[in-house]
Amino acid sequence: MTWTSLNAGIALPEIFLLCATCALLLIDLFVSDARRGVTHALALVTLAITGVLLWCGYSPAPELAFSAMFVADPIATLAKGGMVLGVALVLIYGRSYAADRGIYKGELYSLTLFSLSGMMVMASAVNLLTLYVGLELLSLSLYALVALQRDSVNATESAMKYFVLGALASGMLLYGMSMIYGATGSLNVYEIGHRLLVGEGNRLLAVFGLVFIVTGIAFKLGAVPFHMWVPDVYHGAPTVITQLIGSAPKLAAFAFIIRLLAQALEGFAPDWRGMLIVLAVLSLAIGNLSAIAQSNIKRMFAYSTISHMGFLLLGILVANPVGYSASFFYAFTYVLTAAAGFGLVMLLARNGFEADQLDDYKGLARKHPWFGFMMLMVMFSMAGIPVFVGFFAKLAVLKAVVNLGMVWLAVFAVMMSLIGAFYYLRVVKLMYFDEPVNDITLSGGLGAKIVLSLNCLALLVMGLFPNYLLSMLNDAVVFSLPL
Amino acid sequence: MDMKTIYLLIPLAPLFGALVAGLFGWAIGRRAAHCVTIGGVAVSFALSAYVLNHMLSGGEAYNGTVYTWLSINGVDFNVGFLVDTLTAMMMCVVTFVSLMVHIYTIGYMHEDPGYQRFFSYISLFTFSMLMLVMANNFVQLFFGWEAVGLVSYLLIGFWFKRPTATFANLKAFLVNRVGDFGFLLGIGLVLAYFGSLDYAEVFAKAPELKDTTITLMTGHTWSLMAVTCILLFVGAMGKSAQFPLHVWLPDSMEGPTPISALIHAATMVTAGIFMVARMSPMFELSETALNFVLVIGAITALFMGFLGIIQNDIKRVVAYSTLSQLGYMTVALGASAYSVAVFHLMTHAFFKALLFLAAGSVIMGMHHDQDIRNMGGLRKYMKITWITSLIGSLALIGTPFLSGFYSKDSIILAVEASTLPGAGFAQFAVLAGVFVTAFYSFRMYFLVFHGKERWMEQGHHHAHDADAHDEDEHHHGLGPNDKPHESPWVVTLPLVLLAIPSLVIGYLAIGPMLAGDFFKNVIFVNHDLHPAMEAVIHHAHDAFHMGLHAFATLPFWLAAAGVAAAFVFYMVKPALPAAIDRVFSKIGVRKLLEQKYYMDHLYINGFAAAGRGLGTVLWKVGDAILIDGLLVNGSAKVVGFVASIVRRLQTGYIYHYAFAMIIGGLVFITVWLGVILGWFGPEAREWIGNLLYSRA
Repeated sequence: MTWTSLNAGIALPEIFLLCATCALLLIDLFVSDARRGVTHALALVTLAITGVLLWCGYSPAPELAFSAMFVADPIATLAKGGMVLGVALVLIYGRSYAADRGIYKGELYSLTLFSLSGMMVMASAVNLLTLYVGLELLSLSLYALVALQRDSVNATESAMKYFVLGALASGMLLYGMSMIYGATGSLNVYEIGHRLLVGEGNRLLAVFGLVFIVTGIAFKLGAVPFHMWVPDVYHGAPTVITQLIGSAPKLAAFAFIIRLLAQALEGFAPDWRGMLIVLAVLSLAIGNLSAIAQSNIKRMFAYSTISHMGFLLLGILVANPVGYSASFFYAFTYVLTAAAGFGLVMLLARNGFEADQLDDYKGLARKHPWFGFMMLMVMFSMAGIPVFVGFFAKLAVLKAVVNLGMVWLAVFAVMMSLIGAFYYLRVVKLMYFDEPVNDITLSGGLGAKIVLSLNCLALLVMGLFPNYLLSMLNDAVVFSLPL
Repeated sequence: MDMKTIYLLIPLAPLFGALVAGLFGWAIGRRAAHCVTIGGVAVSFALSAYVLNHMLSGGEAYNGTVYTWLSINGVDFNVGFLVDTLTAMMMCVVTFVSLMVHIYTIGYMHEDPGYQRFFSYISLFTFSMLMLVMANNFVQLFFGWEAVGLVSYLLIGFWFKRPTATFANLKAFLVNRVGDFGFLLGIGLVLAYFGSLDYAEVFAKAPELKDTTITLMTGHTWSLMAVTCILLFVGAMGKSAQFPLHVWLPDSMEGPTPISALIHAATMVTAGIFMVARMSPMFELSETALNFVLVIGAITALFMGFLGIIQNDIKRVVAYSTLSQLGYMTVALGASAYSVAVFHLMTHAFFKALLFLAAGSVIMGMHHDQDIRNMGGLRKYMKITWITSLIGSLALIGTPFLSGFYSKDSIILAVEASTLPGAGFAQFAVLAGVFVTAFYSFRMYFLVFHGKERWMEQGHHHAHDADAHDEDEHHHGLGPNDKPHESPWVVTLPLVLLAIPSLVIGYLAIGPMLAGDFFKNVIFVNHDLHPAMEAVIHHAHDAFHMGLHAFATLPFWLAAAGVAAAFVFYMVKPALPAAIDRVFSKIGVRKLLEQKYYMDHLYINGFAAAGRGLGTVLWKVGDAILIDGLLVNGSAKVVGFVASIVRRLQTGYIYHYAFAMIIGGLVFITVWLGVILGWFGPEAREWIGNLLYSRA
């Protein structure tokens, strides 16, 4: 087998990232704690080069590699671009936060970059085993990252919970994959899709596998009733890791779902649509209702993530390119919104103070009007208030659902968003109308503040010009799906 | 640069200035703030002038979408520009006056702590106004409409620590709500019946819907076109301060003088006039609507002029004069002489901005005393202000060969020729208005610039000081030994630059704008039904003869009589007004005028009080008991209750979590395998099928 027959060139971003991460791991050994900035800079350079390689390698037509185990199609490339951006934001926002908490170490960088490799493999894999390997690379890195703050009881406890439940879910997923293999005799996503569409294979076995696969996916997304880990992990993990878990992997999960459900199990769309309806309805309801009762902003974000994943599922269950691209848009913008939200939490946190209580945000707008306004934009965008991008994400999904004829589902989602608006607006109310209780100081360097401000402003700008991204993602879905 | 880039740059340049001055004003300081905003508006003006020149030299009108913001059910919400001669002219007027006001502001707001904020607001206003006039669809028109309203609100209440200013801006906001409600309903009707919000599509479809009727109440059918046009015009009544929605404009004088000139005289208040002219293809189809417009305009033109006579605050005199002139423009619209209305809009923008800025200069010279009874003889001390004020006043009253003459006489000619039922009244109103205008204008002029230097006398009149920056720090008015002083060059330069078009623009522009084909294919007039324009065109093609001919016409002698009367009353026999006053007081006219025809009284004690009363009832019963008690708190309690239960599910025990996952998986397996294996009866299968397998 030669290099050209492997067609490994199209996996260049992943290959580069992996090599660079290994190199970083070695270099970091020779870097003293005081000069960790070198590792930080190298990690960002690695991300930048990966991004450039992705950009250069973009091709509208899907290209296969490694004996059809790996594909580079527009969905994968764009999702990877979003992931790289999301991870870069994690590193930028989290630097001073990590330094204050003793986790500003080489492991933070290498594990984060390994998790990114996992995500990128998830997005590009078109073989059940490759998909699984990517998922595990991501998950194992995240388990370790959550436990990075060894001395924190919360962090270790949540890492343990995450690991045990994650193992259970991985087991279910793998079990489901084995069923699909049993039913169709193939591990290739396109092959499975083709065989199931033309009616080959054992239907009972395939549905059995489908249920387990959906269960596994639901766990990774954090959809109800497989969501229980989300609040505990979001709360327990250091905020920088929470941001990592809460942002880029959502795009990986989206691509993962496209590979498994939209491509491999396309023939079972009516079946998984039903399951996703159940998951989406429960996620929207439980996520929004529980978020109201939270007094900790990280837990509130956790439940809000659950409800957002409900929206993401709404687009997917439409099971046509319009729905997929709406969900893609949702995931893409959610990565940026969540990154900005956690970035602001870390901006207020300082040594010995997490800034994770809602009360910590009282009077923020008076003390720091600019960042109060940034937080307001994040909250408005999450609540789906027009002009901000969150509105267009919700609108796109709802339009797809209504076009399918499921008006009741759209109405339900809107009602739940209305309930959700309450806890987002409560943060705004605390910031603008309440007297400060603590003295609020900002941490983080000027660079991080500028990037954070640009990130928040992007929510507004993308809301003013939603069509560029929306049509780009729509094209990506249209170009990628048939094959 | 292609034209589209230019059209984009024109509104964006002031927006950029506004953002920089507004967001970073604290960092960049005063000088940089005014440089960047003035730079933005200057760019905008230069490009607008280029566009106008392009149009005049036979350039194509542009109508295109720049950006589709969103699209719902086949209706697009676009950002798009329609740039034709009407737009180009408006753009030039807006940016020129705005540029003058920007420069003027450097001097006028010199001591104000909100300097950068003020520049940011006026630049933002320029952006909004440009978006309004350049719109090619109703959505963007509405955006601009609301945006200028918002900035107007912010600027009237610029000195937000003063209760009178916050009262005035609230009043402006609420009264405009009434107008905008009608406007929005009108746009809604357009969307419902025309199926589009794009001007070109709507206008093209208008003739088809000429005879369509709609049923608003059962048993009464109305002409669609009349209802739509009247509703749209209600919006214009709010924005352009037409009777009975005029009450906010005099109070808006609480704002700083530069914005009174820019927003409340030259540009924003003319948005309603512009809008109706733009909608001429629709208004032409409804006699009813045109008649309504004509009568409303006539009432405003005459009765608001009367109020100007008794005002003692220099800015309020000019404000009432603005109301009356807006009435004139509306009359022209009603008479189907849209181009005449727009022509008067343009000339008025120049001379009224001039009068306001000159009034501001006088106020500065008088140390923030605005009462004309305390002035007098200022011509000795403020030469440039004096000359330019005289030019402005002469232009306003319609002195032959000055710009106001051409536009106002054209309106009078158009009304004479109009065949609408309300035309008789309108003709009387505009003719009587000429006398009234001349009288109050020169009353003010004589009291301010001629006669005794009354600030030396003891016992000042205390009209209210709308322009006091800070009650404590500033002393108001001149002491007996102080002298008024001329304003700095940044204030006088705009006065001079505005005086030039006030003198000549009418003479130069009347030919092409009224008699020529400047507005061809832009403004639509049905000449058979509405012959008013014919009469105007007959005179307008020769500006010089029109000026000469004026000395033999009634309006000229009415204006001259007004000036003469003012001269006699306030220069020759100052005791006369008091005597007349006593007579009028006896028959109650004085009181009627002082109370502004009791309109404020009616609104505040009538509508507002009734609204508040109704509000109190609704609040106590509807809100506090039903909505808050039952719906909001009730549902909030339910939500809170559910939330507390759900929260309790999150026990923190890992085996509970795993249990939930396994149960979830089990339910899925049971249901889906059950469906396939036929474990359920047919009814259950159908139910599950409907719920979960919902197909479009």
